[in-house]
Amino acid sequence: MPVHELEKSFQQKIDNEVKIEPKDWMPDAYRKTNIRQISQHAHSEIVGMLPEGNWISRAPSLKRKAILLAKVQDEGGHGLYLYSAAETLGMSREEMINDLHSGKAKYSSIFNYPTLTWADIGAIGWLVDGAAIMNQVMLTRTSYGPYARAMVRICKEESFHQRQGFEILLVLSRGTAEQKGMCQDAINRWWWPSLMMFGPKDSESTNSDQSMKWKIKRKTNDELRQNFVDMIAEQIKVLGMKLPDDKLKWNESKKHYDFGEINWDEFWQVVKGNGPCNKQRLDARKKAWENGEWVREAAAAHAKKRAERQKEKAA
Amino acid sequence: MNKMKSNSLIDFSLHLADNALILGQRNAEWCGHGPVLEQDIAITNISLDLIGQARSLYQYAAQLKADGSTEDSLAYLRTEREFRNCLLVEQPNGDWAQTMLRQFLFSSYQYYLYQYLQNNKEETLAAIAEKSLKEVSYHLRWSSEWIIRLGDGTEESHSRILKALEELWRYTGELFIAAPYENDLGIAISSLKHDWSKKVNTVFEEATLKAPENVFMHTGGKTGTHTEHLGFILTELQYIQRVYPGCEW
Repeated sequence: MPVHELEKSFQQKIDNEVKIEPKDWMPDAYRKTNIRQISQHAHSEIVGMLPEGNWISRAPSLKRKAILLAKVQDEGGHGLYLYSAAETLGMSREEMINDLHSGKAKYSSIFNYPTLTWADIGAIGWLVDGAAIMNQVMLTRTSYGPYARAMVRICKEESFHQRQGFEILLVLSRGTAEQKGMCQDAINRWWWPSLMMFGPKDSESTNSDQSMKWKIKRKTNDELRQNFVDMIAEQIKVLGMKLPDDKLKWNESKKHYDFGEINWDEFWQVVKGNGPCNKQRLDARKKAWENGEWVREAAAAHAKKRAERQKEKAA
Repeated sequence: MNKMKSNSLIDFSLHLADNALILGQRNAEWCGHGPVLEQDIAITNISLDLIGQARSLYQYAAQLKADGSTEDSLAYLRTEREFRNCLLVEQPNGDWAQTMLRQFLFSSYQYYLYQYLQNNKEETLAAIAEKSLKEVSYHLRWSSEWIIRLGDGTEESHSRILKALEELWRYTGELFIAAPYENDLGIAISSLKHDWSKKVNTVFEEATLKAPENVFMHTGGKTGTHTEHLGFILTELQYIQRVYPGCEW
């Protein structure tokens, strides 16, 4: 079949809501976009283990410690399914990890912000996981089958994490003056970076149009961001806290909240590597990988010896 | 139960709980930093099991104390000299070989101990042992596989395991020396050594390793005299509760 025919039937499948599967023909750019997006998502899960992992040793109660451990472990699990989903497109996990370490592949900028107090663990669960869910719920219907299916499972766990995060803040918001202060401070620091998670404005997003046509994405950055603001602006009332935005106001005619301008300069600086923790996060990942090299080699060497012994036995 | 016995049961439960908590705390330091993602998840999962065991045991101890203690007050508000964990579990993670060896030496001990305790006449203690045994069986299998892989892997991994043995073997003697609270309760802790040694030697043989001989054995953890490491572990673990006393979290 000539390429333009293949492309036509590919687009028809997408238009008819038929999922694209690993062995199906797909345009190179579709494959590349999915590899980029899924591996970036996997890296975000793995790098995301670091800021929260910081607080496991210091969690304020045994119950909180157990919940946080389980949560960070879930993120590792999400990383695993996502790497596997990306591998179905023909790139190995090792190649993807090398791209992360070389800086060629990105991960979500939100994890380049530091976790300074216990309240940050609540704020990450509520705001960061909350923003991620907006995106991920959309992705359960993305056109690439393995990615969509990985997302269904991930979404279930993420909504659980979001509730746990909110609950951490709820307890703080009903606590002592110091706890309340800690809660508001964490919200102040995480609010704007969370809004940045949806990416550049639609008018400036380079990847959006084609991704919408291929149904990799089904909502634009600005739509998702607006949904998030509308949700959080209501939920924060339960906490009795404030979002750090003077312009935040219900707009009756639009039936949406208006909100202030994101600091795009900060956004681009963090993307370029100049966030508060870009260097530490990447260094930590590289160090883990390099220190693990002898372990992976030993495991492979032993597996080989074992297989040879079994072969000898069988012979 | 007379008062002395009941105090001994509290001490023994705290000893078991402290073992689980401190090793869980140590293993959790790997979270996000493991040599490969699957193993990062596995060690975090073991940490989670251990924290779960610690919680059940602290809750049990708190109930026996009946003085308003809670699992958190016992974990967060006791000092270095009050902790009763064995010295082995507080040793630093070192490299993956050291962490695996620590886990293997401890899990094999915990495996025979919980097998023994599941027949204890204190029903709650027996039930905790029985439930934990399922987890510990997995910890033992997993860490045994790693000892074999590293011992019988590359030259480097073999020499790293040897170094870990040199580091940790001296803390294994304490496991089988009864503390006063174990004597009071008639816990025949020294009787577990035979099965433990057999298990360790079997795994070591497959791993092309040998258990060291004539090593001086350090003791004291079970009665509250620790290595210098424990103070730092508790400083981090207890930080929030110490800075903001009496809060709900």
